[in-house]
Amino acid sequence: MIRNVLIAGLVALLGVAFWTLAAGYVPDAELNRTAAYYAANAQTDVGAPNIVTGIIVTWRGLDTLGEVTVLFLTSAIIALVLAQSKTPPGASGAGFLPSGELLTTGSRMLLPLITLLGAYVIMNGHLTPGGGFQGGAILASGVLLMLLADPSHRFAHSVIARVESISGLAYVLVGLAGMALAGGFLDNGILPLGRFGAMLSAGAIPLISVLIGLKVGAEFSSILESLEETEDA
Amino acid sequence: MAQIALATGFVLILAGIYGALTNRDILRMIVAFTIADTGVNVVLVAVGFLPGRTAPILDAAVPVAQAAERIIDPVPQALVLTAIVIGLGITALMLAYAYRLFRLRGSLDISNFTELKW
Repeated sequence: MIRNVLIAGLVALLGVAFWTLAAGYVPDAELNRTAAYYAANAQTDVGAPNIVTGIIVTWRGLDTLGEVTVLFLTSAIIALVLAQSKTPPGASGAGFLPSGELLTTGSRMLLPLITLLGAYVIMNGHLTPGGGFQGGAILASGVLLMLLADPSHRFAHSVIARVESISGLAYVLVGLAGMALAGGFLDNGILPLGRFGAMLSAGAIPLISVLIGLKVGAEFSSILESLEETEDA
Repeated sequence: MAQIALATGFVLILAGIYGALTNRDILRMIVAFTIADTGVNVVLVAVGFLPGRTAPILDAAVPVAQAAERIIDPVPQALVLTAIVIGLGITALMLAYAYRLFRLRGSLDISNFTELKW
């Protein structure tokens, strides 16, 4: 009883704090200086029509590298935590009924389309909403569909691990190439900026997007796999 | 418009925190945390919204020369993209720990885990 009252009081206090924030909120009429700089220099600096991708991949590219590292740590910790309760190979999924014709055929039909959409979102990240993270998540959703449609199926861990480490290494190498050939770490000027708005433009952004997409897709896939390959699954 | 989104985000945060504090089941707590996470993202995106402007993508609708007058703030959107991905990682981590706890006690009720209770 006391506990519930305390919790309700705490949430009410937090609600009052939020209320003062929301009631006194006036949207800016002008962009702040950082955003105005990004808006004015998107074409000349990074050559990417999608300013958000320009920020993520180039202007704040170091943060993105850190974020990908955090994701890698997450997937590694999950694999470590769940490693003790892993099923011996071949034993998992034995308790499941067969998936059935409809589910199997449907997932086989959908999987290439999902992969295609993921590749499209990754490659157009600098032109339209999208990019490496979103496309990588879509790729991993294809893996999730495969895991759900056929629980006894096993993926090749080594392939996923290799895709992940190679794309991560290449990402860092592209960043170092930016230091040697262009303005700094992860500068996209190592490749020509090209025509503004074209598919292969904006310097190294499409390349970095592909690497991020592969890495994020592989990390999410390995998380899903670790969760799926536990003893009770 | 921005106020509605802001209020929705704050309500989601409050609902998530309330749910995480009152529920005894670990899975429900994880769901509550993801709801609070979504609320934070909604608030962040709402703060970047400027009335009467469009998405920060330079195309036929937004000429480069007028970009600074026509687009909303792109920085919160980039931040939220990061926050969503990290939020997913945190959710996966919580689920993995919940699984280990379930293997330990055969139950997901938080009352059964008293080692750290004072």
